[in-house]
Amino acid sequence: MSEQQATTPSGPTVKKFMFVNRKAPYGTIYALESLEVVLITATFDQDVSLVFIDDGVYELVKGQQTKGIGIKNFSPSYRALDGYDVEKLYVDQASLEQRGLTEKDLLVPVEVLDAQQMGQLMAQQDVILSF
Amino acid sequence: MLHIVNKSPFQTTTLESCLRMAQPGHALLLIEDGIYAATVGSAAESRVRQACASLKVYALQADMDARGVTAKLIDGVTLVDYAGFVDLTAEYSTSHSWL
Repeated sequence: MSEQQATTPSGPTVKKFMFVNRKAPYGTIYALESLEVVLITATFDQDVSLVFIDDGVYELVKGQQTKGIGIKNFSPSYRALDGYDVEKLYVDQASLEQRGLTEKDLLVPVEVLDAQQMGQLMAQQDVILSF
Repeated sequence: MLHIVNKSPFQTTTLESCLRMAQPGHALLLIEDGIYAATVGSAAESRVRQACASLKVYALQADMDARGVTAKLIDGVTLVDYAGFVDLTAEYSTSHSWL
């Protein structure tokens, strides 16, 4: 655990939580489950970061229309994260490029990081949860 | 025969193994996360284009729509709906779902 945990004046400890998303949506339940836990964590006023690596970048692709597969389209929820003060969304540059995607294909504003930056960001966290 | 692949080409080697063994004249149907292989600009694009030369390659439209990538379909890959999926399984005497 970090030696420098920030605390609110009267309240509980605030920890830095990172959610690592590495799976495409719909093919497995991981993406949706991650989003659920992110929203719960945010409710407890924690410092939440989301990172999207490998097939996780597909979670953020614009224009998802799931009527045909009979599964709820949960992608609009990423736009709602802002309302829960979850504003730190990071995307791995190499993962985007390997999939022929750019920031313009994504449905929310993100910060694109290279592998070194991503690794440094991970090292700053108190808790890392992987989906 | 009909080969059905439902895994992302970035997550497993399923598509690669399938394509190594598929014979000319066979069909490949991409479904679920397998459809990402049928998108332009991806690292799998050249492999799929190569496959299109000897195989009939199909992708399930509902799965492309769900993932927001229908507009990125590689030309040479044919979109099918669920009825088309059933037709393919009837047309080919053997099907293999590469799980």
